[in-house]
Amino acid sequence: MASSLDVAKIAVDRVRCTGHGICAQTLPDSITLDEWGYPIVTDDQADPDEAKLAVKLCPARALYLR
Amino acid sequence: MLDGSALWYLSRATGVVTVVLFTVVFCLGVITAGRRRPQGHAATIVMGVHRWLSLGMLVFLAVHIITAIVDGYVSISWLAVVLPFVSDYQPLLVGLGTLAVDLLIVVMVTSYLRHRIPERIWRGLHWVSYAMWLVAIVHGFMMGTADQPGLRLTTLACGVIGGAAVVWRTIVTHADRDRRELINAQEWS
Repeated sequence: MASSLDVAKIAVDRVRCTGHGICAQTLPDSITLDEWGYPIVTDDQADPDEAKLAVKLCPARALYLR
Repeated sequence: MLDGSALWYLSRATGVVTVVLFTVVFCLGVITAGRRRPQGHAATIVMGVHRWLSLGMLVFLAVHIITAIVDGYVSISWLAVVLPFVSDYQPLLVGLGTLAVDLLIVVMVTSYLRHRIPERIWRGLHWVSYAMWLVAIVHGFMMGTADQPGLRLTTLACGVIGGAAVVWRTIVTHADRDRRELINAQEWS
């Protein structure tokens, strides 16, 4: 995690993801959902605060920063 | 300003509010863990409320505990906050509340450190919430004072709602999972 930068790089652990869809709600500019409700990362650059919130809210702990 | 009886009322009131908030947090957790859970907006709201209401609940719990001890009418020592069954007053029933506090500390600490400990450990210890909730409901119901049936009924209603949520989690399955089990049960040709 680079704290000095003003963007965060997000990624999804596809093994852990169970398709709650919360990341697409908290990061609508970066993540959309496929037809089964699993996330597609359209832009892995996100606002650090919003990204951290999304990571915290993921129930499967599948969303992470890198 | 705050004489004994005011503290006593405050302790009862915050106790019941804690039970209600805890039941809400509990049910939202059960729903998120369930097979047919909410999607999209609803899932986000459920998860957010689950996380932050659990913190909000701590304020009421703290007031409940502090007022119960500071109010000198019954004798409960500060040690009884963390060490179960040592209270002079109602050792068993106060002790159940203490037990719930101890379990709460386990769940709280592991959830705060969730991103630093293995998922399996967090998950295993988060199951403790079921025991904690049940213990808290029993503590609330058994200690509920007889002159205020409304408070006791509130706790009872919380017990019924939480119990229904657990039953829901147990019986509701997912279509994909049912199908996988059917396929597993088939003979290999």
